[in-house]
Amino acid sequence: MTAKADAAGARRATHRRARFAGLALGVAAVLAAVAACGNGGTGAGAQNGFQPVQQTGGKLTVWVDSTRLPAAQLYQKAHPAVKMDIVTYDGDANGSNYLQTKVSLFNRTRSGWPDVVFSSQNNEASWAVQAGFTAPLNKGLISDATLRGWAPGANDPCMVDGTLYCLRNDLAQTVLWYNAPLMKQWGYQVPKTWEEYQALGKRLATEHPGYLVGTAGDNFTPEIYLWASKCGANRITAPKAVKVDTTSAECTRMAALLDSLVQNHTMATSSVFSSDFDKNSADKVLMMPGPSWFGGSIFNEAFKTPAGQIAAAPLPQWAGDNAPSVGNVGGGTWLLSAHSANLKDAADFLTWVSTSDEYQGKVSPGYPAYAPAAKAWLAKQTSSGYYSGDITGPLQTAAAQVWPGWGYGQFSQEAIWAATVTPGLTAGKTIVSMLPDWQKAVTDYARSDGYEVSQ
Amino acid sequence: MSTVSTTARPAGSPSRRRRATWPGRGGHLFVAAYVVLLIAFGVVPTVYAVYFAFTDAGDNFAGVANFVAAAGDFRYLSAIGHVALYLVCWLVSLVVLVVGLALVLHRVRSAGVSRVLRFLYYIPGALAGAASVMVWLFVLDPTVSPVSFLMRALGFSTFGEVVAPGHLPVLFTLIAFWTGAGGWIVVMYGALNNISPDLLEAARIDGAGAWRTAWHIQIPLLRKWIVYMMILAFAGGTQLFVEPQLLSQASVGVAGRDYSLNQLSYDFAFQNNNVNTAAAISVELLLIGLVVAGVFVARSGFFDAD
Repeated sequence: MTAKADAAGARRATHRRARFAGLALGVAAVLAAVAACGNGGTGAGAQNGFQPVQQTGGKLTVWVDSTRLPAAQLYQKAHPAVKMDIVTYDGDANGSNYLQTKVSLFNRTRSGWPDVVFSSQNNEASWAVQAGFTAPLNKGLISDATLRGWAPGANDPCMVDGTLYCLRNDLAQTVLWYNAPLMKQWGYQVPKTWEEYQALGKRLATEHPGYLVGTAGDNFTPEIYLWASKCGANRITAPKAVKVDTTSAECTRMAALLDSLVQNHTMATSSVFSSDFDKNSADKVLMMPGPSWFGGSIFNEAFKTPAGQIAAAPLPQWAGDNAPSVGNVGGGTWLLSAHSANLKDAADFLTWVSTSDEYQGKVSPGYPAYAPAAKAWLAKQTSSGYYSGDITGPLQTAAAQVWPGWGYGQFSQEAIWAATVTPGLTAGKTIVSMLPDWQKAVTDYARSDGYEVSQ
Repeated sequence: MSTVSTTARPAGSPSRRRRATWPGRGGHLFVAAYVVLLIAFGVVPTVYAVYFAFTDAGDNFAGVANFVAAAGDFRYLSAIGHVALYLVCWLVSLVVLVVGLALVLHRVRSAGVSRVLRFLYYIPGALAGAASVMVWLFVLDPTVSPVSFLMRALGFSTFGEVVAPGHLPVLFTLIAFWTGAGGWIVVMYGALNNISPDLLEAARIDGAGAWRTAWHIQIPLLRKWIVYMMILAFAGGTQLFVEPQLLSQASVGVAGRDYSLNQLSYDFAFQNNNVNTAAAISVELLLIGLVVAGVFVARSGFFDAD
């Protein structure tokens, strides 16, 4: 009986082993199949230059954020013959990395890439070229004559080793926005230097407490202030090399200025997008350094500042500094997929959306990077009657003064600042005291993205 | 009875033969769909993750290199610390408050009040995880919060002050408790109902009050349910992702997008394009969950027969 039971048990064990082996083989086969699908995800474009896929035409898939949705819709209206699938996504706002995440997955599944994408981030080329996602645009897809229309340096974030991989949508050069009637009423002069700006902030704290000369609470604070001060927080020296120095005199002078104004409460520590700024401070802005899109998006749409109040002036400069410099906050880029099976329509859409007066000149909320459209855009702003005075001069001047020493690395400067400096600022620490922490954070994140970091 | 015996099929009928060759087929059919989904979306991805964790980008065997790479990242230790601190807050509050509230609920005499309370406890759990966090993003902003008076009394006037890094373990615990504890309260309430009324009556006759009854009778009898809750809550807690990810977006990065280990894994996969190291972290989380579950089960006699 025992022997029989043992034999039966052995047979069952053998069967179990056989079944397990079968299952293991099945799992291994599935894994092998999945692994095979996962291999070579970067595609031929990453190593061998651009090799278009078979052009079969078909529907043009376009990804835009909600702000750029009218652009795609206008194109569709003007080109009814083009079949389009317009998809809205977050536009990678706040460095969400949505596009990179999806492209990484599409690369694995080898399908799903959109034909054209708008991103609010200027550093997309830093990863998208390596991922084989973007097509080179200055190798025949977009004519040289068209490309010459962009403002000088506007497409620098899109250049990798001399090849253009995206098109800049708008410039986001910083100027000094201010409330003209209030300035006049209180007898203040618009500051021309940062020293005058600081002195006016000191005077404002005494004479009109509660009013503001700006805010240091945004995650793009470094882009507005420290970039304009020529602080070398991330000077990209090679595709995978960066020089990080956040404690230079150029950095500390601006950090100290911000600290003094935060201390006397003329500079807020909340973001212009936060509900508490909107509720408590939106109508208390005397001055606010900010990008070109602040005029329409912040003062007009978010703060609902009445017409005839907001004016623009050149960004203050440091006394004695011979080379004027301003910062930049965003600007956005358009990318064309190297995997597109409809390159003709994709290139046509890309060209139209970034150059046309119908969108860029008349609808776009930001200062177009394409110079002819910028002229139309400025004319429209002037004729809108919203601004106090003509904002053309300051914006055009600033467009050529963006300091070129601030790089567009793969790591998000905004996210690093937000996680490293903003909580300390909220807790009452000075920015000057946190500059070394900022340096360490930039260095750590750059290294984790594969950059060689020098100090 | 006679009808049954006369209409019964002979032993060798086709139906009988099918039953004999496939006993319990009804049960198999019931679980078949689940098993298929479990294999497709549970087992295969897990095995695939293990495969990734021990290979490099070129599909070559990499030993423990990916685990070493993860441990060497500057965010790794801080992420472990964040998750550990959150787990302490989350598990302690879960056990104390869930058991406490279930005991209180069990003592409510009015059936109507009990039903309403159970319904209210359960509602937050019916919201999807991300939606729950979105609700909390409004609750935690003093400018728009319905309990802004409470936050101002605590000294917070801006969202930035509320989501300061030091507050995050407590905030995530609040969100997780609000989202997930209601269901457990209802489960514990059910378990309390299974305790024999005779036992409670005997305790009452012996002079035990509510506290002594709870401490010496009810809580020991809830032990297995508490252990079960701890195992699942621990596994869920180590997977912390949605709360910090959404809070990071809402606070424009102040909360940090690499706060937890799962976020770090996500960053490795999609920021650094390093799926192998991302998989190594997820395999570590799996192992930790299994080990802790094993310890809980072994120490508590979870599978012992009553």
